[in-house]
Order: sequence, then structure tokens, then C-alpha cells
Amino acid sequence: MIDILQIFLSESFWAASLRIASPLIFGVLGALLCERSGVLNLGIEGIFVVGAMTGWMAVWLGAGLWGGVLAAALAGALFGLLHAILTVPFGLSQHVSGLGITLFATSVASFTYRTALPDVTSPPRIEPFRAMDIPILSDLPFLGPVLFQQTPMTVLALVLVLVVWWVMDRSALGVAIKAVGDNPDAVNAQGLSVVGLRMGAVVAGSALMALGGAFLTMSAFDAFFFGMVNGRGWICIALVIFASWQPGKALLGALLFGMFDALQVRLQTEAGSFIPGQVFLMIPYILSIVALVIAARRADYPRALLTPWRKGQR
Amino acid sequence: MTPVLSLKNLTKRFGPVLAADDISLDLMHGEVLALLGENGAGKTTLMNMLFGQYVPDAGSVEVFDAGQPRTLPAGNAQAAIDARIGMVHQHFTLAENLSVLDSVVLGAEPLWSFRRALSPARTRLTDLMTRSGLTVPLDAKISALTVGERQRVEILKALYRDVRVLVLDEPTAVLTPQEADGLFAALRTMVADGLSVIFISHKLREVLAFSDRIMVLRHGKAVGEMPTAEADAARIIRMMVGEDHKMPDRSPGTPGDLRLHLQNLSTSGTRPLRNVTLDAHGGQIIGIAGVSGNGQTTLAQVISGLEQPSAGSLSIQGQTIDRLTPKSALAHKIGRIPEDRHHDGIVPALTVAENLVLERLDDSDVQHFGFLRKSGIAENAARLSSAYDVRGPGIAARAALLSGGNIQKLILARVIEAAPDVILANQPTRGLDFRAAAEISRRLIEARDRGAAVILISEDLDEVLALSDRIFVMHDGHCLETDSRDRTDIGYAMAGEAA
Amino acid sequence: MIEIVPRETTRPLLTALIPVIAALAALALAAIPLLAAGAPLLQAYKQMFLGVFGSFFTFTEMLTRATPLIFTGLAAAIAFRAKLWNIGGEGQLYLGALAAVWIGTGMIDGPPALMIPLVLLAGAIAGGLGMLGPAILKLRFGADEVVTSLLLNFIILIFVQMMLEGPFKDPMGLGWPQSEPIIDAAILPGLFERMRLHAGFLLAIGTALITWIITALTVWGLKARAVGENAAAARHAGIGVTRLMLIVAFASGALAGLAGVSEVAGLKGYLTSDLSPGFGYAGIVVAMLARLSPIGVVLAAIYVASVFVGADSMSRAMGVSSFLADLTVSLSLICVLLGGFFAQFRLRFRGAQTP
Repeated sequence: MIDILQIFLSESFWAASLRIASPLIFGVLGALLCERSGVLNLGIEGIFVVGAMTGWMAVWLGAGLWGGVLAAALAGALFGLLHAILTVPFGLSQHVSGLGITLFATSVASFTYRTALPDVTSPPRIEPFRAMDIPILSDLPFLGPVLFQQTPMTVLALVLVLVVWWVMDRSALGVAIKAVGDNPDAVNAQGLSVVGLRMGAVVAGSALMALGGAFLTMSAFDAFFFGMVNGRGWICIALVIFASWQPGKALLGALLFGMFDALQVRLQTEAGSFIPGQVFLMIPYILSIVALVIAARRADYPRALLTPWRKGQR
Repeated sequence: MTPVLSLKNLTKRFGPVLAADDISLDLMHGEVLALLGENGAGKTTLMNMLFGQYVPDAGSVEVFDAGQPRTLPAGNAQAAIDARIGMVHQHFTLAENLSVLDSVVLGAEPLWSFRRALSPARTRLTDLMTRSGLTVPLDAKISALTVGERQRVEILKALYRDVRVLVLDEPTAVLTPQEADGLFAALRTMVADGLSVIFISHKLREVLAFSDRIMVLRHGKAVGEMPTAEADAARIIRMMVGEDHKMPDRSPGTPGDLRLHLQNLSTSGTRPLRNVTLDAHGGQIIGIAGVSGNGQTTLAQVISGLEQPSAGSLSIQGQTIDRLTPKSALAHKIGRIPEDRHHDGIVPALTVAENLVLERLDDSDVQHFGFLRKSGIAENAARLSSAYDVRGPGIAARAALLSGGNIQKLILARVIEAAPDVILANQPTRGLDFRAAAEISRRLIEARDRGAAVILISEDLDEVLALSDRIFVMHDGHCLETDSRDRTDIGYAMAGEAA
Repeated sequence: MIEIVPRETTRPLLTALIPVIAALAALALAAIPLLAAGAPLLQAYKQMFLGVFGSFFTFTEMLTRATPLIFTGLAAAIAFRAKLWNIGGEGQLYLGALAAVWIGTGMIDGPPALMIPLVLLAGAIAGGLGMLGPAILKLRFGADEVVTSLLLNFIILIFVQMMLEGPFKDPMGLGWPQSEPIIDAAILPGLFERMRLHAGFLLAIGTALITWIITALTVWGLKARAVGENAAAARHAGIGVTRLMLIVAFASGALAGLAGVSEVAGLKGYLTSDLSPGFGYAGIVVAMLARLSPIGVVLAAIYVASVFVGADSMSRAMGVSSFLADLTVSLSLICVLLGGFFAQFRLRFRGAQTP
């Protein structure tokens, strides 16, 4: 009836998997940085929206595509800074602050978009990132279409996996971030700044999250819609637990997720007449919950996650 | 004799409390200075000012560079580190997810370099370990280390930074007597090399054996200072407490019927029990000695009904219990004083009165058809807080506002008022001052004399020796009775070695 | 160098006023987006005020809007008190509405005295089950309920859409994905002629009162507080923590489910997939503004509803985007967080002149 094997052998399926995974890669890496330092960032969903809107609007205003990427990252960093101030030096509830950031960031983005474009009925389009065409590489059989005919933002996501891996596993900074997420007193006793490290990680992580949003408006689509993020941020929060806070596994988790999503789109076209389309739409969310349940028992949470730290207090 | 560090007239006030009152202290090159005092005497406040955690209200910290005094900027943690002063806290400050090497190097290497220079660090550390005799596997994760090894990492961290002054806060609290001796031997080597040590403790025996000079603090004041050679124990205790200190009087208990019986009991999970057999009779205090982390917590969890055994049996008054829960433990008249009184003993956000009825919320003087009887709860609280001398801002105030000693008295009142047949007291006097500790000990003896079986778990061997009618020693999940009352014998048993 | 120092004295009056100050601060901060949108400030604020307090009708409209917010606010408040992070109020609301429509569109036909309680019960059970799931996943597998309850919102909404295009679809609905109308017997009656305010509002106030009585006066409320504040000590004291968490989860979900019943049986009459403009999420803000007090929830819901209704009216009159309301409400949450912080701590600026 449905030739699943054929789907798995097609280049377009794998290319689509990586494309769908790209925004999640940014998001999971961002969440990983925040949580490794001991701060849960539930602002992620709103920061995705801000990234999507800002990136798109910067390009629409003529900043150029990479200008848009930069603008999105800066906007994400700004909301990350707000979350960092509330949760790190002020030590407020990371849950509540994060949800507040999501509501705030989403409404700022929506209000700005609506105020800048009060009268449009169909969203204006930009010229988004195009698929790359690299001589020789893009023409390779199979690997060419899957890896080298993606947009530059997908490549950026893959490069960032390497960067984050290097920082976390190979650099002194990574050791300090891991330590501050495990026992801030240890970091403080060694003369490093707990507040500085955590705020830095949250701001940088939030910038990465915003890139995930920007991917949606500048690479996957070419316009901004309300509700286009549609829970992708929350999925990243589930995936980072699944990935045990490791960049390599984060990539793997995002790719697995992309695969399932690409598969469901293909199954939907084949089985559309038998099963209501909504069943397939639910799959990504159900999968995220399943991934979380599988990972939760053996999850090795950063020990200081959710615990605020104040100097001179134990 | 050249000075290396000088604290001058340090004073710190917290609200109405004068935590440090005009304390001055000089530390010489190659000297071991013991700082003695009860909890709240000002030792921690003093050290926090030295390390820049607190800004003193008056006074200053001076270090000597080539004989010249230099004042450290107040409230600057980095300044103390730069002046090569290091501290090993009582609660270790180690991140468990790092390797030993990373833990030591953290903070001593630039954060923003592209590559790390780990091999010179490794060479230097190996050298330090050979010289000091403090060896640890450099690539092991901290989480895999024993408590003794973690302490060595803490000291190596300081030595790696080339400290000239090392402050040790209660360094032997978590060690067996033999491990402590090893630590002192290593420190001796380093002191001979020119290190100066400030040694904070309340264990007189160690202070007398190891230090060169003793300084006693009480209520934020320096009340006495003497060379160790001239010190005598009774005089120091008088200085610390301000009065003659007596352990509570204790006559031997008269054993009654068998109350709680563990037979070949084992657990799975972390820090498991291995084949533990223990019988607790009414009218006796059973002391369980051992270094923390050898299964005492698990044993307490099992008796409290918080963890289920994987093998063996538990019986109460001769009746075998299949599945003990905290609720059924209470129903079987087992009173529990938990190890971590803040974490397991009270709900800090509830009032003192509410905490006093927390274990009997379904009783008829507490509730009526599910509605709380505020008057009954308040009467109970008024009665107990005066009978057990729970002091604080009142019974309607949040329990969080009580001091550690008063929290412990609250828990004790709740436990003893339920007239238990068995009392499990896990580290009941940890962190308390002499007076509060003596009061708790007295109440436990009183309960025993009324016929309760008391199981006292303590890492303070002196306390176990002073209070117990029978002594068990825990090591690596085993729990064996010993007839010996000799510290050395028990010390070997604590380390898992036959004497 | 900025230092954070605990305040030595707390002023109870000031602490009690924090939500009020935060709400006012958020309204004041709304001037920034208003200016950015080029609206004349005074006129805009005036329009917002009149949009709520301009007439008895507008006032009842605001109360109509506050009704679901009271329910979802209570849902968040009782869960958060027990440190159970139920962020799934939106989904539970839809589950409640779906159950109400299932029972109330003619499956059973009885007198209102029977039908209304039945519909309410069905909605409450459906919502309760909706939160029981994440709670069980948390207690059994350790899966973070924040993420599961959030993701469940999306699943439930898609499920509702599927039902509305499938078995629940109104054959007379001209092809629109909407349910059949609820039968008259199951409709929550209106309170005033020609106004939309319905009995659901009274029900919400009553529910808030009952919730207050349970949390403040009963043993069960004390146990729930003990579990929320220190689960380890509660367990040690023999309180059945797991059972209590499940009850709290069910009750929280049930309250959110009632919001759905109230909207569908009191206001709309039939179910569509845009029944709620985010009442579940706004409930979190309401609960935080109320500092998790059930009585406070009523007041906070009235404030949040006023912002929504007022901003809507201002938006229609002056052409400023109605997202201003969401912006103001989210700002209120951030302000109340900050207020809670500054009630306990103050900042001390420390330069070179250290003592």
C-alpha cells in the first residue's frame, strides 16, 4: 500500500528531514547552553516568534539576508538578557519568568508587525535564502541534494553544532559553564563570576533560539504569520532533555524529529483518504512527549538547574 | 617568626547581632593556628571577611609581601585569591560533573583561550601530589570520588594556586580517625615547606594534637589565645562555652522488650544496605557510628518507611511488616528525627503551630469534619513550645524564622509528644551549639528511661560513645555491633578494616 | 558594582499592594507602544477606560470576559501552590468545552436542573483528565509536566479541529467546522436582558469562594500547602504526596475545563476551534497577579479582562493594534515578578567609597 522503503531511499526525504530539523537545531543548541549553565529558558517559544518577525522585518526593510540573521540574533539576545536579569541576579522563578518572556516577546513581535503593517491582508513576502549551488559538491549523487543543496542557514546550524560542541567539550569556558550548572559555589570559590557566566550563557543561548525563528521566515518560508512557530520552541525544550544536554545528541534528536515529520507529510499524502489529516499533525507533539518520557528517567539534569544562586548564601 | 597575614580589629554587625566584635589575629609563616568556637561564635563571619564575601563594618585584612604589610581591598573575593589565600570549606565546593583535573584548573586558566594547555597543568599537579602525599586519580569524575578524595581535591586546588595561607573549616568532620591522621600528616609536610594554616574546629582532641597556637572565639569576640603547648582541655571548654560543660548524666539503661527488629535486611539503589541485622529493645539507646555515606541515610530511610528493603525482613513488636510507609511507621509508634531537619523535618513556609501537628493532621483536636481547628492547633503549639523551650517570633510565625536549634526542638517536641515506642534520631545534634545539643541528648535519655527504644545515628563518635548503651558501626552498607569502647578499634571498624 | 541586599524590614502593606502597583506600572508602560503607534496618549487611555466603565453594558462585557479567566486563573493558582506546573489550561479548557458539547447537544435531553449540572460535570471531568495525564507522566516517569502539559495544548486543539470536521460537525453549519448548538436546557442562563453576561460568572465567583475555603480552612488545604512548599518533609510526615498531587492535578484541570463549559454553554452556544483567545495562558498571568490566592484571582481576572476589553475598544476607535492588550498583560506579569523581588531585596550601588 505505502512503500515506506521507497520513501527512505529518496533524496528528497532526507533533504526535507534536514530542512525541518534546522530550526530545531538552533533551538535545542540555545536551550542546551541556557540549561547547562543552570537556567531553564521557557522564553524560547516567544524568542522564536521574535526571531522570526525581526529577521523577516529587517530583510523587508532592506537590511539584506545576513543583516536579518544578525538582527534576529540581537533581538533574541535582548529578550534573553531580560530573562537573565530576572532569573540570575534577581533569582526569580525560572518557570514563571520564562513563561512571562514568551508572552511578552510574542506580543511585542505581534504588536510591532501589526503596527508596521496595519492594513495588509496577505503578508508581504521577501526574497528568502536560496538553496546553495556549490560546484561539484551539489552535484554529488544523493549527498549533493541532501547536504549541499540546502540553504546557508542550514549550514550555519550544522556549523553551530560544531562550535557549541567545541566550546562545551574542549574549552575552558565550557568547563566553567558546566560547573556553574552543577555547583555555582564551586565556580564562585575559584574566583569566577557565577552571575556573569549564567547571564552570558542565557543571552547567547537566546540569540541561538532566535535564529531558529529566523529560519522559519527567511529560509523555510518567505513571510511572517501569527502562530507560525506553533510550539517548535516547546519541542526544543523536550528535545534537549532527550539529548542529555550534549550537542551531538542534540543534532541527532533534531534530525530524528525532522525525519518523523518528513515521513508524516509523505504518509499523509498517501494515506490522506483513510485517516484524517489532523492525526498526522499531532504526530510531532506526541513524538516529543514520547521522547521526553523515554529520556526522563535516565536524564542527568544539570544539578543546579532551576536553583537560583546568591552570593554568600547556601 | 615572620607574619604572613594579619586581621586587624575586624567587626561585622548583622542587624542587632554583633557577629564579629573587634577581632584581631596574626598568623606566622609555617604556623598552624587553631580557631575554636561554638556554632555562631563568629568563625565563619571572620573567614567570610577574610575572603571578601562580607565587607567589614570596621577593621582590615593585611597580607605581608616580603615583610611589608599591604591592606587588601574590602569585600573583594579576587583580592584574597590573588594574595594567595585559599580555603577548604566544610561543605565542598566541587562540581560533580567535572574531572579532577578540570576542577583544579577551573578559574586558574584563561576562559577565552581557543586551546587549553592541560599537559603542563597535569605535570604540575602530579608533582604536587607526590610532594604532599595527597593523591587522587586526575581523570576521574568528581562524582566517582569518595569524601576523603574530594577533600584532597579541595586542598590540591588551593596548593595549585600556590597558596601561602590555607584555611581549613572542620576538615575532619567527614573523615575516619585514620583518614584524619593521614590528612594531618600531609599538612605537616606542607607546613614544614612554609605553608601557614588556619584550622577551624570544635574537636578539642585534634586541635590539641595538631595546632601550634589556639584562639578561642565566643559570641563574636576573641576570648582567649595561647600556645597549644600551654593549653588544657577544661580551660578551653570553659572559654568556648563560658561555663563548665558537662555531658548529660547517664546511667546504664535497663533493656526491655524487643521493639524493632531488622533481619538480614538489604536494599538496592544508591548506598545500599547489605545484610543488616539489628535489634532495638525498649529502654536502650543504640548508637550507630560511621563516616557519613556508608548507608546510615538508607538505614534511616528504611526505618522511616521511605525506602523498601529488597531482601530481609523488618518487624515491629514481633509483627513482620510487609511495606512500611511514613504513615504506617507513625501508626506503629516510630518517631523519626530526620538527618536534614530543614529538608525533611519542617515545612518552612508553614507556621510553627502547623509544623507541630504535621504528623497527626487527622487527629480530632486538629480537625473536625476536615476543617482545621485553629484553636486546638494553637493550644497544642503553646503547650509544646513552652515545654520544649522552642524560642522564636511566636507560634504563628513561619517555621523558617527559627534557628537550627529551635527547629530541632520543634521536631523533638512533635516526636516525643506522640509517645513513641521507637525513636530514630539521625544526626540529631549536627550543627547545634553545646547547650542545644546537650538539651537534645537529655531528652533522648529521658525518652529511653521512659521505656522507648532509641536508635541514634551520628557521625560524631564522641556523642555515640557518650550516649549509647550498645554501639553498632556502619561501613559500606554493613552494620555490625561492637563491644569495644575504644576509639581506635571503632575507627578501624569505621574504615572497614579489622583491628 | 551593584549589590543585592535583603531588606531588613518588610512592609506588609507594601507587599500586599505589589499586584496593584505592578498592574498600574504595566498600564503606564503601555504608553511606549501607544506612542510608537502614533496614538494620542490621553485620548487612548480615556478610550480604554470608557471601553470598560463607559456604560453598564461595557461593564458586563468585561465581566463576561473575566469569567473564563477566573476559572483558568484558579486552575493555575491551585496547581502552582502545589508546585505542579500546569501550563496546559488552554488544552483543558477545550477538553471541557468538547465534553460539554458532547453531552449538551442532545445526547441526553433533560430538564435544566439536571442538564446544567451534567454538562458542568462532564466538562470538569474532561479537563481534569487532561491534566491527570501529565501528572501521571511526571510521577511515574519523571517527565517534566511543563513540557508535556504545554505540548498537550497543541494536540488537544488539533483533536478538537478533527472532531469539529468529523463526528461533531454541525450538518447545518454551511460547511464551517463548528459543532451543533447546545440544547436550550443545557444553556447557562443570561443574567440581564439583552446582555451577554451569564450564570457562568456567578458560578466562577462561587467556585473561587469554595476554592478559598478548601485551601485556607481545611486539613486538605494544609496538606496541599505542605506538599507544595516542601514535598520531602510532607512525605516524611506521612502525608500521601503522590495521591495529593494527583488530586491537585485533577482539580486544576477540572477548573480549566469549567472555563470551557462556561464559554461554550454560557456565551457561544456551540464550539469552534477559536473558542479561546488564549484564556489558558492568560490564566497563568491572573494566578501570578493574584499571588496564587483564590480571592485574588477574581480581582486579577477583572483587571486582565478590563485590559482586554478596554484595549479592544480603544483599538476599534483609534486603529491601534489590539495586541496592545496582550502586551500590557504580559508586562503586568513581569512587573509583578519584579515587585515581588523588590519587596524582599533592594539594590545597593557600591562604588570606590567602600566603608
